[in-house]
Amino acid sequence: MNAVLLPLLGGVLIGLSAALLLLFNGRIAGISGITGGLLSAAPADLGWRASFLGGLAVGGVLLATFRPESLGPPVLTSVGATLIAGLLVGFGTQLGGGCTSGHGVCGLARGSKRSLVATLTFMATGAIAVFISRHVLGGVS
Amino acid sequence: MKAALTAGLAGLLFALGLGLGGMTDPAKVVGFLDVAGSWNPSLAFVMAGALGTYALLRRLILRRARPVLADRFPAPPRADVDGRLVAGSALFGIGWGLSGYCPGPALVSLPVGGTTVLLFVGAMLVGMGVFRGMSRQPG
Repeated sequence: MNAVLLPLLGGVLIGLSAALLLLFNGRIAGISGITGGLLSAAPADLGWRASFLGGLAVGGVLLATFRPESLGPPVLTSVGATLIAGLLVGFGTQLGGGCTSGHGVCGLARGSKRSLVATLTFMATGAIAVFISRHVLGGVS
Repeated sequence: MKAALTAGLAGLLFALGLGLGGMTDPAKVVGFLDVAGSWNPSLAFVMAGALGTYALLRRLILRRARPVLADRFPAPPRADVDGRLVAGSALFGIGWGLSGYCPGPALVSLPVGGTTVLLFVGAMLVGMGVFRGMSRQPG
């Protein structure tokens, strides 16, 4: 498996997962929406969300067991930078109505202009953040 | 019960896809976003694979009258581009670029990722909660 086939296969699995959730549950596989919904959804709407997130966690344990190299170490190590990044991801995905999966996969597959704008925006600011932290500040950890 | 089972299975499949694709390796994600440095384009193939697969299957699935275990398919969400969409996506991108984690990979790494991932996911949930508290929108 090389640098093209394995990522492609991973992508196909993600696409299959999103298709499964649409076919059976009639839901969109946007991780930030599924997670954020846990915080404010009606009780009847909590089960499938918790179950999906539980599946993610089980997947994490399986990966750690059978393919530990796929779970790379964090690039951030300081508590402050980690907290700021987490807050930005949490708040930003809710304000923007989606993340890499909801906008970047499901929205784009639907041909949504909103999702195209969102995806281009977070890719651009992500690249800018990496540029500044790596090449201007010389590495933020 | 069945709906929880299929959702759990979808979550598991999603996690394996992220892991095999390389999305759960923050250094790889940062390398993908590092267009001015040693750019690592491999994650573009994850996106291409996911997009292609879902775009194709979605068309077939939506020929059905309704989902297998639910009453209806989701209504098409709003179509307009507004400031919140751009501002939110911009903030998310900064956090993503700094940490190499978007929500899915962070949650996959949570059970095995140690203190940093725990702090990151905790802060992410607080950020989500702050927004939901401010806007008080359901769902």
